[in-house]
Amino acid sequence: MNAPLPLAGVGAGGAVGSALRHESALLHVAGQATYIDDIAVPPGTLHAAFGVAAHAHARLTSIDLAAVRAAPGVVDVLTAADLPGANNYGGIVADDPLLAAGRIDYHGQPLFLVLAQSHLAARRAARLARVEAEALPAILTIEDAIAAASYIAPPRELVRGDPDAAIRAAPHRLSGRTRCGGQDHFYLEGQVALAYPDEDGQVRIVSSTQHPTEVQHLVAHALDLPAHAVRVECRRMGGGFGGKESQPALLACMAAIAARRTGRPVKLRLDRDDDMVITGKRHPFLIEYEVGHDARGRILGARFLLASNCGYSTDLSGPVNDRAICHVDNAYFLAHVAVRNLQCRTHTVSNTAFRGFGGPQGMFAIEHAIDAIARALGADPLDVRRANYYGGAGRDTTHYGQTVDDNILAAITDDLEASAAYRTRRAALAARNARSPIVKRGLALTPVKFGISFNATHLNQAGALVNIYSDGSVLVNHGGTEMGQGLYTKVAQVVAEELGIPVTRVRVSAADTHKVPNTSATAASSGSDLNGMAARDACRQLRARLAAHAAALWGVAPEAVRFAGGRVASAAHSLAFDELAHKAWFARVSLSAQGFYATPEIHWDRQRLHGRPFYYFAYGVAAAEVAVDTLTGETRIERVDILHDVGTSLNPALDRGQVEGGFVQGAGWLTSEELWWDGHGRLATHAPSTYKIPTAADVPRDFRVRLVDGCPNRVPTIYRSKAVGEPPLMLALSVFHAIRDAVASLAPAGRPVHLDAPATPEAILAAIDDLRGEA
Amino acid sequence: MSDAIRFVLNGRRTEVTGLDPHTPLLTWLREHAGLTGTKEGCAEGDCGACTVVVGSADGAGGVRLAPLNACICLLPSIDGRAVFTVEGLGGDARPHPVQQALVDCHGSQCGFCTPGFVMSLLALYKSDPAPTRDAATAALAGNLCRCTGYRPILDAAVRMAETGAARMVEPDPGPAPLADWLATPAGAANGRHPGEAALADMLAALARDDDFSYAAAGATFHAPRSADAFGRLVEAHPQAWILAGGTDVGLWINKGLQRAPTIIHTGRVAGLDAIGTVDGGLSIGAAVPLEAAFQALNRHYPELAPLWLRFASPPIRAAGTLGGNVANGSPIGDSMPVLIALGARVVLRRGTATRELALEDLYLDYRRQARAAGEWVERVVVPARRAGAHVAGYKNAKRDEQDISAVCLGAAFVRDGERARDVRIAYGGLAGIPRRARAAEAALEGAVWEEAALRRAMAALADDFTPLSDMRASAAYRMKVARNLLLRLFHETTGAGGETRVIG
Repeated sequence: MNAPLPLAGVGAGGAVGSALRHESALLHVAGQATYIDDIAVPPGTLHAAFGVAAHAHARLTSIDLAAVRAAPGVVDVLTAADLPGANNYGGIVADDPLLAAGRIDYHGQPLFLVLAQSHLAARRAARLARVEAEALPAILTIEDAIAAASYIAPPRELVRGDPDAAIRAAPHRLSGRTRCGGQDHFYLEGQVALAYPDEDGQVRIVSSTQHPTEVQHLVAHALDLPAHAVRVECRRMGGGFGGKESQPALLACMAAIAARRTGRPVKLRLDRDDDMVITGKRHPFLIEYEVGHDARGRILGARFLLASNCGYSTDLSGPVNDRAICHVDNAYFLAHVAVRNLQCRTHTVSNTAFRGFGGPQGMFAIEHAIDAIARALGADPLDVRRANYYGGAGRDTTHYGQTVDDNILAAITDDLEASAAYRTRRAALAARNARSPIVKRGLALTPVKFGISFNATHLNQAGALVNIYSDGSVLVNHGGTEMGQGLYTKVAQVVAEELGIPVTRVRVSAADTHKVPNTSATAASSGSDLNGMAARDACRQLRARLAAHAAALWGVAPEAVRFAGGRVASAAHSLAFDELAHKAWFARVSLSAQGFYATPEIHWDRQRLHGRPFYYFAYGVAAAEVAVDTLTGETRIERVDILHDVGTSLNPALDRGQVEGGFVQGAGWLTSEELWWDGHGRLATHAPSTYKIPTAADVPRDFRVRLVDGCPNRVPTIYRSKAVGEPPLMLALSVFHAIRDAVASLAPAGRPVHLDAPATPEAILAAIDDLRGEA
Repeated sequence: MSDAIRFVLNGRRTEVTGLDPHTPLLTWLREHAGLTGTKEGCAEGDCGACTVVVGSADGAGGVRLAPLNACICLLPSIDGRAVFTVEGLGGDARPHPVQQALVDCHGSQCGFCTPGFVMSLLALYKSDPAPTRDAATAALAGNLCRCTGYRPILDAAVRMAETGAARMVEPDPGPAPLADWLATPAGAANGRHPGEAALADMLAALARDDDFSYAAAGATFHAPRSADAFGRLVEAHPQAWILAGGTDVGLWINKGLQRAPTIIHTGRVAGLDAIGTVDGGLSIGAAVPLEAAFQALNRHYPELAPLWLRFASPPIRAAGTLGGNVANGSPIGDSMPVLIALGARVVLRRGTATRELALEDLYLDYRRQARAAGEWVERVVVPARRAGAHVAGYKNAKRDEQDISAVCLGAAFVRDGERARDVRIAYGGLAGIPRRARAAEAALEGAVWEEAALRRAMAALADDFTPLSDMRASAAYRMKVARNLLLRLFHETTGAGGETRVIG
């Protein structure tokens, strides 16, 4: 077991870097943390439910709602014809109808909204519609879409050097085809919005959203209102993982429209099945590659095809695919490479952001190729990985033109290779496997290099509002949202640190578009990087004002005034922070400041797929050992060692939580989490009874997690920390490759392993049969 | 004339009338009682966000606690019991030891699943306050967390007794014996804790000697006290739902949005919750919870313990019944293959007449049974272990814990020297019903127990089954695994092959 981190207690200092507990931890365990469905609603509040399509692709001819309207408790029913403004919740391209109009594009697409006196009455009534639709041929798979040239955007290709010549000239060549599945977010709190009509046509919405500003704008469009008439708030989400970046706008728009129409508050909460059927997921990818390499396995030239299933609409698929393209290198230098990208439009739910945002799928591609090279050469896959790492003369520029100037992979790989006893354990496992005909073990060590910043440069900005009240207590508001990651805790720590006060004096309030405008989504791991810096900017303005006031009181220079330990002091004077706040208020000094931050130095040319999209990279390495039952394909993760880079940690307890949680979520994606559609485009795995995320029993029994020590970010981020939300998810590629390693042990070296993700027991058994030449 | 539903909620006596008997406890807590700490995550008993702890009189002056999924628990079925929700614990000002341990270990991130974990841990704290990591893992099998990766929650489980001990040095000053009892780890009280005694008294005051009948919104919930009364109701209402643990009925309500004018509950019928001995074997009443049935079975067939651990989750095993699993007759029910292999028989009753049937003969075809109208499962009879018997129960699924089987195997045979006799093999997941593999059995009956014989049985499975493909597994995989599980059986009975499984 790991040594416990120092416990955080009430009254612990607010210093950045301490392992403070989550700001809501006591509320969480007491059941007193309020989620949107917990808010007491006013009498007369209506409850809404969607009626959904039962076709994957069809021409919608009529919806007979007589039985719906007549059902007990029903107050109103809305179809596309009743919408007052834009019938759209697509944030980038306006191709996501709120309610289907004329055409059905996926099984489960919302057709109408029922408003009733209770949630149950609404759900019951929603099933009573008689929908007539003329079925059209449906495109359900990536292969179907490619055959029909059905894309949300034209195919594109990023090329560096001359990959074809390099592959031709290479002493060894290899090609492969694989795929990785989608993933449902399975946030424990389903999507929900509660809209209140307000005076003068305004509307206030409490939304479970990672992106209040986008919800604000889309609601404004849907109601044909200016943005200032729409207020969106979110105190916390019960998990987000990217699933609440673009998707909440559907619920918020419909609740707001219904609230305006009826003049009553409206709550729209999806039950689990509706949530899983209606809302988007991680993009599945079909991957093909061709590589030329040398005898050590170093890649000399490579071609990748990354074909993603985007679903029926654009949503965030463009940027997701950008990030996939930008992470097809993972940790490896590719001198000559071509990446062809197909963004396939199918008649399935529109896929969306999910932790890693295309990065995991890009990395999946090259890790598969690297493993295949190692198997072909009979080499240790770690040696092949290291042979391809960035580093050495002329080997530090990515295929999209960014210099990798902060690479620590060689050092942390050395460290983990030694601490995890990689070489000796590999030898021991080989010996053990030789004596064990049924259960086979595998071990893999894989790296992660993940680019931090939104690819789209303009999104890399944030605002914060810091209020010091005259009693010295501090309220912070910023553009970020809290979904469990601990952002509010980290920002409170930053504010406490800057003002030299205990963190208990700082409260972070609900994200609110009326307080901080024009925010970006809390996404791309950027929450504390952006909002921490914006809050610091506000604090520094306030500190300057307070220092000037204290300096005037004491007759010292402002630079001589220090803020620490809840006091403000110069060499000869000292005041409690609270007292100074009161004095400053009395002297009519403004105690409120708006902070702002824009990430410097980044740029991205989306047409050429070229630039420096990332301010820096976050790194990590993981070694996983698994045991595979070759009779059933069932697996167990035996041990995992992780060394992950968070720069200088703002809060090691929260950071470790992100590393472990991300890893386990990634392991779920690659093993047990299988989305299964039937031949009619109907999702059959729409509840936890059939869609299996990891449980406590799936966690590695021996789980050794360390944060890289003494390695501050090279660029001046907030206290030289690094983003941590997404990168650890991809450490779980070690689990997938450990399974491949175990399967490979069944055949002589040199034989390819055909195993795709998710590596369910069935997929593993099929790979074993394939390797043994059995059907 | 309808009775009121009477129960104890967080220490207070509570009565409910006029509410549709289909209403789940969770809905009542959140929408009527204003207790929103208990969450809805899936409404099907698979995520644990709605976990509460339910107390029942243990018949000896004490209270037995168990975790329960409030989402699939019909409110009338808690009549006479005590319900604890997260609000019944210490709160943020004075956290319960399990709450404090979770805080100390950073066991919450988004916090939405946390109240459910708190309640599962409370149930564990009151039975096994210093669990091993494996015991803690098993206790949390029904709680999903999407944020933490579980490690800090498991750490909290392992450390909660320490946290509780630290609290014990400052005993509760106020008159809160019930809260103090909840905060007292199992085994720490000297004699009967006054809080437990007080709760037992409250439950005793709610106990009913007569039948319970609750009607509202055009539906009636009957909980008769005697088998005769139960039988009369079933005969009078052949279309009624028979409700045992509710782990399936809850889904009809929450997912199917179905209703029944009459619901007849097995939970109060005297004797139906009893486990007796018949000819050295077990007679398990239809209302015996799965957990209790499994513990009894484990005493006779300890090799089945890993199978039962993979069977659903603690709250489901506490609510669901073996009789319900058998009577429901799902093709993927996990108790039947092994019960069939053991030669279990089922006692069917109509009115006062009973008849006994081999369990495999109960199942005719998908959702079609040999039960006549008005006939119900009274008990399951499991024979005593035979000398020289080999018994195996294997479950196969995408996930270790709380998953539905792709394939489930039950097997039993007797070694007679080198040969196998009385071979009984049954599978779930391969057909519309749980069914014996007669051709495979024939290949092994009387055969020398060697790999070649097993290979013949494996081939014969093609004559026994034509499995289907669905979201859990393809037909080909099901057949392959069905065969390979016979190979596992061979290896495990002969000791050949070394390690034979990674789960269970």
